[in-house]
Amino acid sequence: MSRWSREQIAARVARDIPEGAYVNLGIGLPTKVANYLPRDREILLHSENGLLGMGPAPTAGKEDWELINAGKQPVTLLAGGCYFHHADSFAMMRGGHIDICVLGAYQVSTRGDLANWHTGEPGAIPAVGGAMDLAIGAKQTFVMMELLTKRGESKLVEACSYPLTGVRCVSRVYTDLAVFEVGVSGAKVIELIDGLDISALSNLTGHNLCEQG
Amino acid sequence: MDKSMTSAAEAVADVKDGASIMLGGFGTAGMPDQLIDALIAQNVGDLVVINNNAGNGEKGLAALIKAGRVRKIICSFPRQIDSHHFDAAYHAGTIELELVPQGNLAARIEAAGAGLGAIFTPAGYGTLLADGKETREIDGRSYVLEYPIHADFALIKAHRGDRWGNLVYRKTARNFGPIMAMAAKTTIAQVSEIVPLGGLDPEVVVTPGIFVQRVVAIPQTSGVRA
Repeated sequence: MSRWSREQIAARVARDIPEGAYVNLGIGLPTKVANYLPRDREILLHSENGLLGMGPAPTAGKEDWELINAGKQPVTLLAGGCYFHHADSFAMMRGGHIDICVLGAYQVSTRGDLANWHTGEPGAIPAVGGAMDLAIGAKQTFVMMELLTKRGESKLVEACSYPLTGVRCVSRVYTDLAVFEVGVSGAKVIELIDGLDISALSNLTGHNLCEQG
Repeated sequence: MDKSMTSAAEAVADVKDGASIMLGGFGTAGMPDQLIDALIAQNVGDLVVINNNAGNGEKGLAALIKAGRVRKIICSFPRQIDSHHFDAAYHAGTIELELVPQGNLAARIEAAGAGLGAIFTPAGYGTLLADGKETREIDGRSYVLEYPIHADFALIKAHRGDRWGNLVYRKTARNFGPIMAMAAKTTIAQVSEIVPLGGLDPEVVVTPGIFVQRVVAIPQTSGVRA
């Protein structure tokens, strides 16, 4: 079975980000989305540690370690970008000013619950960072993930078994096999990769899926 | 009024065992390394530290944890590739961890500085980190009751300051500095340079001097890797 690569998922997410959007890309997989944002759209990237208008990584030797992103890697600031303190930064999220937040996930429920911060493994040091604030704050929360675990279990689930990050906060899930809308009325398929049909997808995920329409 | 100090050691001289201390910084950006070095040198311990992380590498908060001075840490993201000194203390059971979602950490610090008794925040609702906490539905949205985080001291790093304590910051090293300055009883800022009164454009002062009790100049090259 063919599937989208992580790069292709990132490109697919980027296509849905409109001109003028304020966007936060979570650490990990979602940062790839920045590479595919259409050049003809002005989209401003927010970073939780206090910048809006984040630009690409600096060239080697030009790093400024006081200009970093949420993953603590050096970045640049676009002309017109700005800095602010942490309370303002999270007010931008919590207050619903950020249009779209893109996050990775361990699991998403068909109703839009998100689990992405903790596997619940005994002995693991728990770390949450901005995940809970991001999940519930933006106008729309998108998730990017591979649909199945390595063992073939669906990560789109009826109810998350991992500890929750947020309740009913995800609106869209972009995966290597399909794109879903999730929410109170359950999961609907927006798009399937070539060669996969809805009944095969229903079998893979264990959900009785239908296409949006 | 002159809040300038001659040295980091003088600036932190009255920090006692058991103090609660906010440390500015997101990772190493904004971490007041030289103030922390002075704390380590004067041998205080049993500290409760509030920071976003739990130390990176060998300097700053990482060095304070390595030296065994931190009893408890309140933070959002302690698990990092270079947080080995925290990892060791955590697994040895010698450090207590209170995990707080990052935005709630900021809001609770800000609430302390603003004199609020508590806040209702939507972040964390329905999760393990809200277990046992009071919740309320307001206008159809669910919130968790969270209390302010106060501290005896805030140690922060800014870019430039004056003798009245006005501060401007540099790039993303600003992060928690302005709100921690508001929340602590005594705020100590290390700056690259203390400028004469009037040397900071009043339109761009980020932290008004009323929130800062001590300023110490520690000249350094900006933006180099800590």
